[in-house]
Amino acid sequence: MQILNYTGYFFISVGAVFLFLGGLGILRMPDLYTRLQAGTKASTLGAMSTILGVGLLQPEWLLKIIIIIVFIAIANPLSSHALARGSHKARQLPYLKDEKIGDAYESETENSEKNKEEDK
Amino acid sequence: METGVSKFNKFFYTWLMLFVVWLGFTTSFVPSEIITGVFLSFTIAVFSYKSFTQAGLKSLSPQRLVLMVKYFFVFVRALVKANLDVAKIVINPKLPINPGIVEFESKLTSSFARMILANSITLTPGTLTVDIIDNKFFIHWLYVTGTDQETVYKEIAKQFEDILVKIYN
Repeated sequence: MQILNYTGYFFISVGAVFLFLGGLGILRMPDLYTRLQAGTKASTLGAMSTILGVGLLQPEWLLKIIIIIVFIAIANPLSSHALARGSHKARQLPYLKDEKIGDAYESETENSEKNKEEDK
Repeated sequence: METGVSKFNKFFYTWLMLFVVWLGFTTSFVPSEIITGVFLSFTIAVFSYKSFTQAGLKSLSPQRLVLMVKYFFVFVRALVKANLDVAKIVINPKLPINPGIVEFESKLTSSFARMILANSITLTPGTLTVDIIDNKFFIHWLYVTGTDQETVYKEIAKQFEDILVKIYN
């Protein structure tokens, strides 16, 4: 099973590269949201690929590993969504290079808060 | 929401899914382990079937399974592309980003389908779901190319929603 071994090593190395790039992204990005972007995507694919590589090296673990990959694919974006939403509620506003693009969520939440106050 | 699904249908679907996960984790066909699995998944299903599923056994129809496999491939392609995009931005010394938060409206009615769409968006090129209010999605976008809803919808959600609408609506 040489081929399976080499594909396994290949997936593990790809995963390691993406995890590294994710770390670099967290270091270089200007604010919380862009850092979350780099962190979530790279770490999800990095972790998936590394685990899949391990699964190919140990074929008897493959089924477990597929289930773990599905759990990662569900849990990882959920947690980053929770972080982004929480920090926006805590008034951590995103960095904007171009003011015209703006922040649609900001105006939406402001409107709904005003509506609530009017309702009272 | 799909309300016309019987309790038994939902319960049986939950039981089956939990048992499949059990088989995946144990990966053995020793009788004692299988009996334990059947019993355990039965017990958990008794408590959780109400919140576990809305559609019940209908989720396993061949039509849906084919669409799900198709969705899986679209998703993996987008995931790899997302990572290469972010990698390019991170390596580039100028750091070419133009971030902002944009919104679009989704046609999906089931909350489970919305969850899948939100997760897929988070894992694809330069986008991160910040919040969902009713059927409005708020997306943090790393490189904004247009803020009006149609452009946003086409660029971000169309490829996933086309399939999800067929599965869940």
